[in-house]
Amino acid sequence: MGHAMYEWVYVGVVIALLVYVGAASWDVERFLDHAPPDSVVVKVTGQQWFWTFEHEDGTKEVGELHLKKNVPYKFEITSKDVNHAFNIPDLTVMMDAVPGRINSMWVMPDATGEYLIQCREYCGFSHYQMRAKLFVEEGEITNAALEKAAEKLVPASLTVDSKDSAPVS
Amino acid sequence: MVLEVKKPRPMWEILFSTHHTDIGLLYIVLSIVAFMIGGALAIAIRSELFLPGNQGIIPDPNTFHRIFTTHGTNMLFLWLLPFASGIGNYLIPIMVRYKDMAWPKLNATAFWMIPPAMAMVWLGMADFTWYATPPYSILRAPGPAAEMWIFGLKILGISSILGSINFIVTILKMKHPDLPLMKTSLFVWAILVTSIMILVAIPTFAAALIMLYTDRLGISGFFNPAMGGDPIAYQHLFWFTFHPEVYIFAIPAIGMVYEIIPRFSRKPIFSYQSGVAAFILLAIVGFASWAHHMYSTGMSFTEKTVFMIGTLAAVPASAMHVFNWTATMWGGRIRFRTPMSFAVGGLILFFYAGAGGIVNTAMPLDFLTHDSYWVVGHFHLFVMGLITFAFLGFIHYLFPFITGRMYNEKAGMVTFWLLFVGVSMIFLTQHVLGLYGQPRRTFDYIAVEPLIIMNQISTVGAWITAAGAAVFITNMISSAGRGKPADMRDPFQIGEQYYDYTRREPHH
Repeated sequence: MGHAMYEWVYVGVVIALLVYVGAASWDVERFLDHAPPDSVVVKVTGQQWFWTFEHEDGTKEVGELHLKKNVPYKFEITSKDVNHAFNIPDLTVMMDAVPGRINSMWVMPDATGEYLIQCREYCGFSHYQMRAKLFVEEGEITNAALEKAAEKLVPASLTVDSKDSAPVS
Repeated sequence: MVLEVKKPRPMWEILFSTHHTDIGLLYIVLSIVAFMIGGALAIAIRSELFLPGNQGIIPDPNTFHRIFTTHGTNMLFLWLLPFASGIGNYLIPIMVRYKDMAWPKLNATAFWMIPPAMAMVWLGMADFTWYATPPYSILRAPGPAAEMWIFGLKILGISSILGSINFIVTILKMKHPDLPLMKTSLFVWAILVTSIMILVAIPTFAAALIMLYTDRLGISGFFNPAMGGDPIAYQHLFWFTFHPEVYIFAIPAIGMVYEIIPRFSRKPIFSYQSGVAAFILLAIVGFASWAHHMYSTGMSFTEKTVFMIGTLAAVPASAMHVFNWTATMWGGRIRFRTPMSFAVGGLILFFYAGAGGIVNTAMPLDFLTHDSYWVVGHFHLFVMGLITFAFLGFIHYLFPFITGRMYNEKAGMVTFWLLFVGVSMIFLTQHVLGLYGQPRRTFDYIAVEPLIIMNQISTVGAWITAAGAAVFITNMISSAGRGKPADMRDPFQIGEQYYDYTRREPHH
């Protein structure tokens, strides 16, 4: 008894919205899914009920992680016993730590400070207390490739260079 | 328990009956009992989380884990599934104009498998969450609780397969020859589609349960990385069953809303064909989206994209139902009795749940919401918001048919408003909690102000919901014994056709 026209228009609008959501998330995720090739690797290991971090130079940290600001890091996440999930809520880092697998996720912290690291996948008795601290510290960009990337992100017209910035008049 | 007004019968006659209305009654009573005791566990969980730190309501994390596991398993498999089967048992034979279900004894068997399974789940109280993810479930979860859970679910799976076979045969083979399928109620379509989905979905999990059990025994290593197995394989098998299961829970509820809304709007359904089409579409597309529960297990970009598209594709079908209901109500002479209020409340919460679902499936946002309280809020808006609201509305609607009496309308409306306010407070707040980063399944949370405030709003909502549930159960029990005898042709005085009461006379 209905007027099919209304329903088709409605379904069309819904589909258009969904296509937009899908395309936008595909675009963002494509960027998020591929770590920059010059990322600094941090190996993250979860086990009942604490986190261990290993830096590229072999130094290990337990329960604390120190990173530099504006440096892209690639976390290689695994577990020693059961499933965990490595989660930094403030930086939207969230990846399961699965024994026998290495999952990766990258992030570039852009503000200094202290952040919460927690386990977000049920892992037994002390799951609710399986936390660690992330410290993001000031650090200069030493990587040449990264400087190039930064140049691409920031249009040249906005960069201020003391030598060239003579008054126009 | 004498529920029959016209012809009182002793309880054992109902217990040993194979008549479809008696089995339906058993299903409904069992599922409401499960709803109440499972709800009590939820109240314990929310009360414990009222403040950070241990409140002493739940003594230790282990008990907490056992409680939320049993709450989840119980609500899904002992409340949602049996209730839908119960209503199906009452109405399907009547709607297809056959004297009973196709196989009455099989029907009784399917029901009587549930109580032992329920006993196993409740007495064991496993602690590995309702999805029993390995390696925790095979390496660390204590027995015999885990084994009892595995066998309990095994039995429930067989029970629902037997039940679905019975429904499919009753609908397709026992339907009156003069009644074309396209002239049956949309509820018949809902049960038919659900039953077919159960047959396709359940065997995968049934296999996974056996593999889980042999893994626990140590004689196989399907999911044990130390023996070369893959824990993620379990998650695929699990979600291949249990994402469609979401629709298996939801479609009967949607069918019930289709029974309620046109009658209380006193207007025909806006589009019957679009309802049927949306059911079939949902049933097919529902199988194409299982891995959206697993984005963060380390899936490749391509896999994630495929499952995002599969998930988004299920949205128009759900949106078609919402449109159909709204368009049916549009311009109708609506009577807001209890069943209609629950249906409309369910529609509103369904909309929120669906909108939240789109956020979850958008890949980058999923990493924000996954395994946080957002997800808890999101899926509870489905199972509590849409499905339980439709069920509670429908039990009020069917009450005169079951008991021959009327429930107390004022108490019914009080139930609705307490539940609607309570459920919105609990679960809409939990979305925000999730964005603040509180993980699911945690015994405690960090004592910072926003988390405390929102956990408290959520807990107060739970208490309001509990009050609503208390009013509901009191209303049901006292009205079943002492309610006013109902006018069986039109108990709600809305001038619409009601189910044929004479069909309830048992034939043996």
